[in-house]
Amino acid sequence: MSETKAPVVPDPKKPGNDLFKSITQGPGLVSVLGVIVALVIGGLLIAVTDEKVGETAAYLFARPSDFFSALWSAGTESYVALFNGSIYNSSQGFAPLLETLTVSTPLICAGLGVALAFRAGMFNIGAQGQLIIGATMAAYVGFAWHLPVVVHLLLVIVFGLLGGALWGGLVGLLKARTGAHEVILTIMFNYVALYLLDFLMNTEAFRRPGETNPISPILDANAVFPALPGSRLHLGFLMAVLLTMGVAWLLNRSTIGFEFRAVGHNPHAAQTAGVNVARSTILAMAFAGALAGAAGVAQVAGTEKVLTAGVAGSLGFDAITVALLGRSTPWGTFFAGLLFGAFRAGAVNMQITTGTPIDIVLVVQSLIVLFIAAPPLVKAIFGLNRKKKRASATESTQAGAK
Amino acid sequence: MRIVSRKTGMAAAMIGISALALTACGAAPEEAAPKAGNPDYTGCIVSDSGGFDDQSFNESSYRGLKNAEKDLGIKMQEAESKSNADFATNLQGMMNNDCDLTVTIGFLLGDATKKAAAENPDKHFAIVDFQYDEPIKNIKPMIYDTAQAAYLAGYAAAASSETGTVATFGGVKIPTVTIFMDGFADGVAKFNEDKGKDVKLLGWNKDKQDGTFTGDFEKQDKGKQVTSNFIASGADVIMPVAGPVGKGAGAAVKEANKGGKDAKLVWVDSDGYLTAPDYKDVMLTSVIKTMDKAVEDLVTADSKGEFDATPYVGTLENTGVALAPFHDFDSKVSDETKSEIEALKAQIISGDLKVESPSSPK
Repeated sequence: MSETKAPVVPDPKKPGNDLFKSITQGPGLVSVLGVIVALVIGGLLIAVTDEKVGETAAYLFARPSDFFSALWSAGTESYVALFNGSIYNSSQGFAPLLETLTVSTPLICAGLGVALAFRAGMFNIGAQGQLIIGATMAAYVGFAWHLPVVVHLLLVIVFGLLGGALWGGLVGLLKARTGAHEVILTIMFNYVALYLLDFLMNTEAFRRPGETNPISPILDANAVFPALPGSRLHLGFLMAVLLTMGVAWLLNRSTIGFEFRAVGHNPHAAQTAGVNVARSTILAMAFAGALAGAAGVAQVAGTEKVLTAGVAGSLGFDAITVALLGRSTPWGTFFAGLLFGAFRAGAVNMQITTGTPIDIVLVVQSLIVLFIAAPPLVKAIFGLNRKKKRASATESTQAGAK
Repeated sequence: MRIVSRKTGMAAAMIGISALALTACGAAPEEAAPKAGNPDYTGCIVSDSGGFDDQSFNESSYRGLKNAEKDLGIKMQEAESKSNADFATNLQGMMNNDCDLTVTIGFLLGDATKKAAAENPDKHFAIVDFQYDEPIKNIKPMIYDTAQAAYLAGYAAAASSETGTVATFGGVKIPTVTIFMDGFADGVAKFNEDKGKDVKLLGWNKDKQDGTFTGDFEKQDKGKQVTSNFIASGADVIMPVAGPVGKGAGAAVKEANKGGKDAKLVWVDSDGYLTAPDYKDVMLTSVIKTMDKAVEDLVTADSKGEFDATPYVGTLENTGVALAPFHDFDSKVSDETKSEIEALKAQIISGDLKVESPSSPK
């Protein structure tokens, strides 16, 4: 390989690299504890901001029981409503659980995309853009073409994956060839995708006939995932399960996956060992993009059934938190996606029945990420640090004694 | 040093705690009496992704239902959507909570509302700022012929302009935004025609249906930048049609006026003199859509069992849309202009003058 063509390889000795790994691939215990602490703080926030609690606090000394019962009921009622809306309630049985699975589907797919890139040593902020391009291409195939059953849906999925792969792969290509940082590239690509969609939604080709609002025609009946009768749960969830299995196989059993992980651990060593780092970078980003594209497919062919400028919501960014919480392992991401899906589905019920603002769920989600990003904080809260310190202290004395 | 700071900290904490304790000394209230009214009736509302604090149609529709809750003693349920994916789930949640009437806001909820209405034929719905091609028997569309009021605002703006240039911009290019700009453009054109003047309009070309947009209803800095550019190009009356982004325009106008300009603002949706008081001293007038009243009227009618699905169209005639008072600028707008505006208003109401826009209600 000539000198000029050598791919740009990040320096593994940089202090950032260790931090990157400990944040993205640290132990799962921190995730679990982080969720618990975030939920407790969230509950306190709900209680403190509750109107009733505020009212009763004004006469705390005159009748303290009011205050404490209000405090307790505000905190617990919200979480009970969250549970009722996401898993089980007496009037609907387990119907909310199906809703949770539905909401989780795009989160899992996009989360896998971010996780895969993490494992290859890249911070993929671009799930949002990849999802948008995937959704746009999938939706266009879905409403503009009219094809027989099965074939149409398959093409929708294929084009969705291709769209995402294209958007992600371009980033990989630019990074491998020019050394541009993927974080900056993906952020910029998000904007390009967003405004491209904005533009397209105002063109004749994408706008619903006879409609002046920027909304696409409804996708053909053949182009959408069949849904379970009586719920919104659609076959896209099966796609998410298959993709999780696929990514697990790719990362743990395949040669490409091994190369991804090798590059993620230490690009220099990987290169020395004969891994084509440039190819791995491009492929990893393309795969990551395709997974985000699958989330776009789940949106347009699963729940939304139309394309609008807001089709991606904040899914691409939520996906980052999902991958972080899942410690970048495929099944970890899967369950993190389910958890966030449950939050999302339950938040609706919580908002309606207890009046707790939906934003509190975003606060809890953000707190989770905060705690995952700062593992020592969580460990300190649960007193896990001391043991480790002592262990490392003995280790170092032993090392010194040698 | 450390001890001192700890002591100060302690003292501060004690003061804080005693302050808290003092506020907690109020008397306990009597057990509340049950509310009179119509507690069996539930009115519900689902926002679009702008949320109920968007300073625009979500907020005013929400206010309407809130007023109904207070005045009629009905129950109320609300659900704010954070993204398009929440629409269907929020509506389903409302259906599970036995809403008698569900108000949804914006064209993005059109499909979801239609689906919920089909699945719950005995429940009533209303959708703000959207109309279906085929009427649906349990959905009442609530739409606004905003161009009528914007026309008057355009005329007033052109008459008040000293530089001979006025401007407008939108948040996103959707019909409910461009209808303001169409009316405004026609109002300016009418002034030019009647007075033989040549007041220029920046930011919108009605024939091409294209102009300046900030891209969303959030980024106030974008609104500020666009407005500063307009002022630099000579405009002295600016109408932002972009919800909270209008605040950016207000900031730009104030900044320009500090630098010796004399620019003014035309607010939209609500009377900005009251709802955006930070900018009231530069507020020439506002183009109002009285959604709160329309929503409250609808809830009142429905709770008495008088629902009908014929579209509500807000016009100058039924005061669904209106031109706000000039407030501080009242003395600066000539009586001649005021009477001309009154005359135009009368002509529009009588139908002698048609204000048309591609986005007008069909």
